[in-house]
Amino acid sequence: MSGVSNDDSHDHSQRYVISATNLTKKYGDFTAVDDISFHVPAGESFGLLGPNGAGKSTTMRMIGGVSQRTSGSLSIMGLDPEQHGPEVRAHLGVVPQQDNLDEELKVRDNLLVYGRYFGLPMSYLKPRADELLEFAQLTDKAKAKVDALSGGMKRRLTIARSLINEPSILLLDEPTTGLDPQARHILWDRLFRLKEAGTTLILTTHYMDEAEQLCDRLIVVDKGRIMAEGSPASLIREYSTREVLELRFGSERNATVGAELEGIGERLETLPDRVLVYAHDGEAALEQVHARGLHPLTSLVRRSSLEDVFLRLTGRSLVD
Amino acid sequence: MSVMTAGRSVTEAARSRTFGPLYSRNVRAVVARGLMATKSSNWMVMLSGFFEPVLYLISMGVGLGAIVGTVQGPGGTVISYAAYIAPALLAVSAMNGAVYDSTWNVFFKMNFAKLYQGMLYTSLGPLDVALGEILLALLRGLMYATGFTAVMGVMGLITTPWAVLMIPASVLIAFGFASFGMGITSFMKTFQQMDWINFVMLPMFLFSATFYPLSVYPTYIQWLIQAMPLWHGVELLREISVGSFSTATALHVLYYLVMIALGMILTTGRLRRLFLR
Repeated sequence: MSGVSNDDSHDHSQRYVISATNLTKKYGDFTAVDDISFHVPAGESFGLLGPNGAGKSTTMRMIGGVSQRTSGSLSIMGLDPEQHGPEVRAHLGVVPQQDNLDEELKVRDNLLVYGRYFGLPMSYLKPRADELLEFAQLTDKAKAKVDALSGGMKRRLTIARSLINEPSILLLDEPTTGLDPQARHILWDRLFRLKEAGTTLILTTHYMDEAEQLCDRLIVVDKGRIMAEGSPASLIREYSTREVLELRFGSERNATVGAELEGIGERLETLPDRVLVYAHDGEAALEQVHARGLHPLTSLVRRSSLEDVFLRLTGRSLVD
Repeated sequence: MSVMTAGRSVTEAARSRTFGPLYSRNVRAVVARGLMATKSSNWMVMLSGFFEPVLYLISMGVGLGAIVGTVQGPGGTVISYAAYIAPALLAVSAMNGAVYDSTWNVFFKMNFAKLYQGMLYTSLGPLDVALGEILLALLRGLMYATGFTAVMGVMGLITTPWAVLMIPASVLIAFGFASFGMGITSFMKTFQQMDWINFVMLPMFLFSATFYPLSVYPTYIQWLIQAMPLWHGVELLREISVGSFSTATALHVLYYLVMIALGMILTTGRLRRLFLR
C-alpha cells in the first residue's frame, strides 16, 4: 500500500520519521489495528481518516509507545517506541482526543510543569512557555485557571503544551472535534504554521474538510485496515468523479427513483435521504435528470470530497 | 518557532535518564507538580488530617484516661493512658494520610483528571509517576508525624529522647500503606468499590490494639490482627515511644519493608498494565 519497496529497514529509518510495517493490535479476540503499513517522511502532514472505532487512536497510542503492539514493527525516528518509550516520547508532542490539562494548575504553570516531565530546565522553559502562550493566543490568560477557559482555548493550550519540548513529530488525535467553526479555523491556522516550520504532523480525524485542509497525504482506515492511501486530491481522482449531484426526492421515493436514474453519470449511490450521482459535469447530469421527467425536491451540484471516497470504499458515511 | 537546540537537549536528557521503558529518573518533576498543585488547593483538607488524631488524643487520652488512670506499656513500663494510645493514634494517622493520598487522590487523578495519561505521554515512565505520588504522600505524612509528636511533647507524654524516632517510623508506616494503596486503587473503577477501602480501614483502626492491649482477644482473633499491617505500626511506635526495644521491634520494621517492596511491585505492574497496554 505504501508505494515504497520494503527493502532495507535501516534505509527506512533514515528517510522516514515514522515507519510502520504490518502493525497489528489485538485486544483479546478484537482486532483494533489489522496489519497496516505506512511510512511518513519528515515534515509531512499525514492523516488517518476513518469513522469512530476504526483503529486511529490505537495506532496513535502505539506510536507514542503507550500501547504495546501485538505484532509487526514500528520505528519512530529510528527507535522502537516499546523499547525506548521515554526517549521516543522526547521527540513527540501529543494532543489527545480529550483534553487532559492539569486542572489544579494555572495556564502558564501547565506548560512549565509539563516541560519538567521531559526533564527540561526552567531557564529554557520560562521563555518557551511565554512564546507558546503567544502562539496559542493565550498570553492574557497566563495566570487564569484552566477550568475558566473556553473549549477552543483549552484545545489551544493542549496544543501549546504539546509543543513545549519542540517535538519533531506532533500527534493530533481529532484536534477540532467539538469546536465551533471559528475556533476550528484558528486552530487550523496554528497547525498550518507548525507545518510550515517543518514539524511532522500526524492527525486523525473523521472530518473530511479537516483532512483536505491539513493533510499532504492520508490513509483511509476502516475496521483496523487501510482502505486507500494517497493525497486528498489523488484519492478523489481515483475513487470519485470531479463533481457530485445530490438529489432529494423525499425519503419515500429515493430508493424507487434510483432505478429510473440508471445511466446518468458514472455511478449512482442511493442513500436513505438522498441519491448521489457521480459525474464529471454535475449540471449536465442534472439536465439529463430533468430530461427524463424527474423532478427532485432539491438538487445540489458540488465538488467531490473525501466523504465520497469513503462512501465508495466502505459503502457508508464517515460520521454515523 | 525557534528550533533545534532545545530539541537536542531533550534527546540528551532522555537518553541519559532512560532506564528501560518504566523509569526515567525524573521523580522530582512529579513531586514538584504535586507541591505546586497543593499550593493552590485547599489547605483545610490538609489541616483536618492533622487535627483528627489530636482530637482523638484529647478526648480519649485525657477524657477516658481520667477514668482508666495508668496502664502497663511495652516492657512493663507504667504509663498514663494518654501516653499509651498516643503512639497508636500516630500510627493510625500515618495510615490514614497515606491511604487517603494513595487511594482517593490517585483514584480521582487516574479516572477523572486523566493526569497520569498526560504524564505518561512525556518522557516519564510509570515508575516515576508511582514513586512521585508516593513521595508526596510521605511528605504529608512526615508533616503530620512531626506535628503530632510535638503535640505529644507539649502534653508531657514524651519521656525519652528515643521518641523522636517515631517520626521516621511513621514515614515507614506511611510508605507501606501508600505503596499498596496505589496498587489496589488501580483495580477500582467506581466510587462504590472505593468504599471497600473504608470498610477495611475502620475495623483495622478500632481493633489493632489501638485503645487497649491485644490480650483481651481470644487467640485466633489475636493472630488475625497480628497479620494486619496496622497492628505492627501501633506496636512499633509504642515501643519507640518508651524506648523499649526487642526482637519484636525488628520484626515490625521488617514487616513494613516487605510490605513496601511488594506494594511497589504491585503498583508499578498495575500502572504498566493500565497505561502501557
